[in-house]
Amino acid sequence: MTISDIAKKIDGRIVCSEEKSTEEVEYAFSSDLMSDVLKVDRENVLLITGLANLQAIRTSEMSEINCIVFARDKKINGDIIKLAEETGIVLIESPFSVFRISGELYSAGIKPLF
Amino acid sequence: MQYRYKIAGGDFSNAGSVASSVKKILRQLNISHSVSKRIVIALYEGEVNIVAHAYSGIADVEIDSEKIRIVLTDKGPGIPDIPKAMEEGFSTASPQVREMGFGAGMGLSNMKKNSDTMNITSETGKGTVVELINYFSTDVR
Ligand SMILES: Nc1ncnc2c1ncn2[C@@H]1O[C@H](COP(=O)(O)OP(=O)(O)O)[C@@H](O)[C@H]1O
Ligand SMILES: [Mg+2]
Repeated sequence: MTISDIAKKIDGRIVCSEEKSTEEVEYAFSSDLMSDVLKVDRENVLLITGLANLQAIRTSEMSEINCIVFARDKKINGDIIKLAEETGIVLIESPFSVFRISGELYSAGIKPLF
Repeated sequence: MQYRYKIAGGDFSNAGSVASSVKKILRQLNISHSVSKRIVIALYEGEVNIVAHAYSGIADVEIDSEKIRIVLTDKGPGIPDIPKAMEEGFSTASPQVREMGFGAGMGLSNMKKNSDTMNITSETGKGTVVELINYFSTDVR
């Protein structure tokens, strides 16, 4: 499933790096714990989180995660967007909860990591 | 090749910038993603530890044809009991560190897992030195 199809499924708005929204996502992982995200060792993984800070972007950069969904309309500030653009990570804002986003994407065929 | 970076304690906005720079260097050297990802994750956790637990630090990065060696040297409280600190789940992190998404006590074990060699020495009240070495090819390990 492409990143832009995922955004549609979760009422999401793509905030930046939109040029990458044709990329495919195969797996998703929901976490607010960055050390856990750093254990992700697969490709084409999407991160669903409520943690809207720079560390979510840095962690994704190191783990080669190319798309992050922020649940429940978290405020994403300019510094976060700037870093995501620099590192080529797509950010999506969704009004849904982590639980609902995970459920929607799971039933749409996105696979869990564990 | 040798590089030196400064790391400021408490500065969460910059935590990860050293790992990001090293990742770019390894990309330019055409080091495979699977190899560079491990060392960059270990370095990032080490950087976060200096930001979270120490006052200031330096990352010395040395790259030759077969390996990358990183030495993280900080001024800080030190680690009184290293085996205890290595245990997954042990953490003295502040609530502020937890708000950043860290502080679950998984950093040092993540660093161990993602490096070929890791050595820690520490002096209580002075600081900590963490050495990380990763080889580019699995056969020279
Ligand atoms: N550079 C450091 N200086 C002082 N203490 C440290 C340092 N790195 C790690 N520690 C200690 O070891 C503990 C475990 O570290 P770690 O596994 O990275 O977990 P966390 O950082 O999530 O607490 C920390 O809570 C801290 O007490
Ligand atoms: Mg840590």
